[in-house]
Amino acid sequence: MSPLSGGSDTRGEVNIFRAIAGAVRKGGSLVLAWALAAQAPAQSTDGGIMRPVADMFQPLSRPAEMIHESAVLVLMITAAIFVVVTAMLVFVVWKFRRKGPEDDREEPPQIYGSTHIELAWTVIPILITFVLILVTSRTIGEIQNAKMPEDALKIRLVGHQWWWEVHYPDLGIITANEIHVPVSTRTGKPRPTEIILESADVIHSFWVPQLAGKTDLVPNKRNRTWIEPFATGTFFGNCAEYCGTQHANMLIRVIVEEPADFDKWAANMQRAPGVPAEGLAAQGHRDFYGNSCVSCHRVDGTVAEGVFGPDLTKLMTRQTIGAGVAPLTPENLRAWVRDPQSLKTGCLMPDMKLLDSEVDSITAYLLTLK
Amino acid sequence: MSTAAAPSTDWKLPSTRKVAVISLILTESALFTIFLVAYLFYMGKSLNPPYPAQVLEFPLLATIALLSSSITIVISERALHAGKKGAFHLWWAITIALGAYFLWFTAMEWKHLIFERDLTLATNVFGTTFYSLVGLHASHVIIGLFLLTLVLVLSLLGKVPADHTEHLEMISWYWHFVDVIWIVVVTVVYIISTRIT
Amino acid sequence: MNPDTFDPNFKIPAPERIGDERGSLTRLVQEMVFTVDHKRLGLMYIGSGLLFFVIAGIMAAMIRIQLAVPRNDFLEPDVFNRLFTMHGTAMVFLVGMPIIFGFANYLVPLMIGARDMAFPRLNAFGFWVFFFSGLLLYFSYLGAPGLYAAGSAPDVGWFAYSPLTAKAFSRGHSTDYWTLSLLMGGIGSLVTSINIIVTTLCLRCKGMILGRMPLFVWLFLVVAFLVIIAIPPLSACQIMLILDRYFGAKFFDTQAGGSAVLWQHFFWIFGHPEVYILILPGFAIASEVIPVFSRKPIFGYPVMVAASVMIAFISLGVWAHHMFSVGMTSIGNTFFAISTLLVAIPTGIKIFNWIGTMYGGKLRFELPMLFCIGFLFQFLIAGLTGVMLAIAPFDWQLTDSYFVVAHFHYVLIGGLLFTIFAGIYYWYPKALGKMPDFRLGLCHFILFTVGFHITFFPQHIAGFLGMPRRIYTYDTGRGWDAWNLISTIGVIFQAAGILFFVVNLIYSYIWGKKAGDDPWDAWSLEWSTTSPPPSYNFETIPEVRSRRPLWDLKHPDDPDWKYE
Repeated sequence: MSPLSGGSDTRGEVNIFRAIAGAVRKGGSLVLAWALAAQAPAQSTDGGIMRPVADMFQPLSRPAEMIHESAVLVLMITAAIFVVVTAMLVFVVWKFRRKGPEDDREEPPQIYGSTHIELAWTVIPILITFVLILVTSRTIGEIQNAKMPEDALKIRLVGHQWWWEVHYPDLGIITANEIHVPVSTRTGKPRPTEIILESADVIHSFWVPQLAGKTDLVPNKRNRTWIEPFATGTFFGNCAEYCGTQHANMLIRVIVEEPADFDKWAANMQRAPGVPAEGLAAQGHRDFYGNSCVSCHRVDGTVAEGVFGPDLTKLMTRQTIGAGVAPLTPENLRAWVRDPQSLKTGCLMPDMKLLDSEVDSITAYLLTLK
Repeated sequence: MSTAAAPSTDWKLPSTRKVAVISLILTESALFTIFLVAYLFYMGKSLNPPYPAQVLEFPLLATIALLSSSITIVISERALHAGKKGAFHLWWAITIALGAYFLWFTAMEWKHLIFERDLTLATNVFGTTFYSLVGLHASHVIIGLFLLTLVLVLSLLGKVPADHTEHLEMISWYWHFVDVIWIVVVTVVYIISTRIT
Repeated sequence: MNPDTFDPNFKIPAPERIGDERGSLTRLVQEMVFTVDHKRLGLMYIGSGLLFFVIAGIMAAMIRIQLAVPRNDFLEPDVFNRLFTMHGTAMVFLVGMPIIFGFANYLVPLMIGARDMAFPRLNAFGFWVFFFSGLLLYFSYLGAPGLYAAGSAPDVGWFAYSPLTAKAFSRGHSTDYWTLSLLMGGIGSLVTSINIIVTTLCLRCKGMILGRMPLFVWLFLVVAFLVIIAIPPLSACQIMLILDRYFGAKFFDTQAGGSAVLWQHFFWIFGHPEVYILILPGFAIASEVIPVFSRKPIFGYPVMVAASVMIAFISLGVWAHHMFSVGMTSIGNTFFAISTLLVAIPTGIKIFNWIGTMYGGKLRFELPMLFCIGFLFQFLIAGLTGVMLAIAPFDWQLTDSYFVVAHFHYVLIGGLLFTIFAGIYYWYPKALGKMPDFRLGLCHFILFTVGFHITFFPQHIAGFLGMPRRIYTYDTGRGWDAWNLISTIGVIFQAAGILFFVVNLIYSYIWGKKAGDDPWDAWSLEWSTTSPPPSYNFETIPEVRSRRPLWDLKHPDDPDWKYE
């Protein structure tokens, strides 16, 4: 038997086990860090509790909870399999390591296989798979085939590069990038919200993890999803299908409110803001029409009927600008009006090359849209 | 390297050429399947005319020609096996002629569809899937005809050795494959889709 | 040859090192360009693959630097989007595919006792087509801007969903470079796979029935069949995309009634088998290395063959698990969830068989074995996260998030790349005649393993916390900051590991200990010839009676053929 060349010795083996021990220590502290990351969310004035950490393991809506149930079960099963198989591997690596030159004298027993053992480790995975198949089928049906009550709130989302067009067809509301829904209740009559998903250009995906799994917005296809939140607050979501340059900044917020607050919001949204009579804002209103803003934007109650860009009727009721690229403050609004490319490079609103005075006035006008 | 007690049996393995051509046929079948699926998927989904029933006529003569060419190529090969070089060349040439007729017919049909019936690749999803599927098949007929012609020319020049019958058989397998694809295409496109849409 | 005068110890002298007997650089280049020798081509495939690996790896490092902190401005969004597209495309088509074909090319003829592949010139053609497809893809950085500076490298993601790839949304020629490069590369893959099939079925040496082929050869036979079935859908996609972009076709034109989802179906009918095409060679390498370094035959050879064939079949029917969020019916989603869960069974069985091979053995922790043990642990994790993704409702949260990114990097790096390292260290002495240095290799192993886990494990958590993939930046406060920073730090260790790897390859070639024919005391036919083998591989074509012909020779009193 030819002796092995290339430096096989005990040095290599000791290093391996030290490395493994180190990894276990590392793993423990990481789990702790994760637990800390899911901290208590911050408060805010509008939108209630801000929930920026969209942890799918903190579901706050019925479809997300259904997913969570199966997810936890699957995690437990796979964790158990992981522990068992890793233990097998560690055991084998430790127990059957070559202990020294005396082990080279003869080869170990040459076992070719064992039908019994093969059967055992085939049957057990089949059984586990069977359980998983049952769980999966049930949850798929529960979520996809859920019946919405007749009077469920309907929202229609149309995806654009890189913003969300929002319609409430029954309420006559058109807005962008944020949706408000009433909170549901576990006791009493459920108040789910049905969301129709369409796209005006490429494929996008609606993903607000704490409220539901993701569903794509596909052009020439009408998809449907639903949420039923049980807690109020502002839920954060992202577009989850790569859609071009600013996919990263196509964020969506879902603001869940008590039914009374929701009704107040809806009523306000249905009321068109007036046209400012005097001052810089009035000048801005004129400049808004003097430049080609109306080609792309709509302001209810005026002749601006553009549909290429977001509806601006109730711009100031929103928390962010540019579909989440920055908070909606007067400074950021001004920066956007001056040159949107500075905040969201590559977005489809070009630099309109406005004069400074126009930037000031149009910003003043937009600040009245609430 | 051989162990002394090894039993000496006949070691017969398949011919490399046959396995290669079968693999080629498998892979081309996968390609055609995708274009076929695209055609089936889009049946009835065109937003504007023309639609299959309006513009497609069953290509009877072309189909007879192409399918007959599978028969003539077999006759040609049999002649070669029997040592009748003259008959081999004749039937091989007839095969080429039948294939060429098929292509000419396809060209005429396309000319009619494009210039007189306003159906192009860009007209609607029917046009897209029709031309891509039939065109993919036609391109394979062209390749086949090129190979067949090459063989005929080389053979007439006396450059095809007597023991190259398997090479010719492989080319004929390719040709049969092209024919089988046509049977599927003509059924789906000219029989099924003209009835459904 | 008269058996009475036949001297079994006689060996025809072989060149000591590749290129040694030639002398000049010009001759070396000329040889590379004109060679049809499967061994040379194999090394060229692996060498090119490793070169593209370093380039695509640098791209990944840049991506991680951009994502290390929120709202980073290291990269412009367009640059970032091109980087992740090129990284993914290159890693799959210019690193994964060529390296696995390189291994097949080098080893399959040797393992079956043949002198070369069935079609050597076709083999060379396949290599050069792949190589030029790689150059074409990277040329997009220079060539795509065109007259109107519209475009650069492709930026549509490695699976290029429509209608993002339509002319309207991908102006310029960047997408076209992607399309043409993959179309060319596909031809190379098809041609090489046909070669593998024909070689395996038609050129085996006497006595090597299919049931006596090394598992490596079996797995590559299965891979080759998968390639010839799965690559045509990709080629069809590319043809359809070209027709859409340049001839007004309506395959994916949603305004004309076309379907965006159809691209996804066709692409993933290719794409899912593709990932099995990538990982099965990893299984092939593991199935050769683990038995030798456990000093036992593979546990359950027939079941391993059956499981591999089953994996290949089932993998053709799971593709829409990449599309769970696209809006299929509940029946569609359920069907694909079930088929995906089913494919986990034969895959899991293989892990047990490898552990079963190690059980009762005398394990030697040489470099190839270290990487295989890493492979087993990491592939286990990858497989389990795959099971999570198979559960469609769970997938509705996990798909298109960093969880998936973590999953497939555990498969492709933790699984495939680790076995590639194992294979390179294992067959390095055979191909180059020198032993790889153990200490350098151990540094490579430790640094790379540590770095790999530091980079990719936290990405599972980022996915759980809602981080989508393919975003060039993110806001603070989403809970992603720490995980991204940790993930980036891991890159340093991985880079250091790769550095040790490259240094080892070069160092060992120049100063490594000379390897004999059979340094690892192995059992398959490639170890019966010289290191490196002569261009004709074997002095005489061997004849075999069992799955381990060299075991039979070394143990004439206890040969395998008595038990098989």
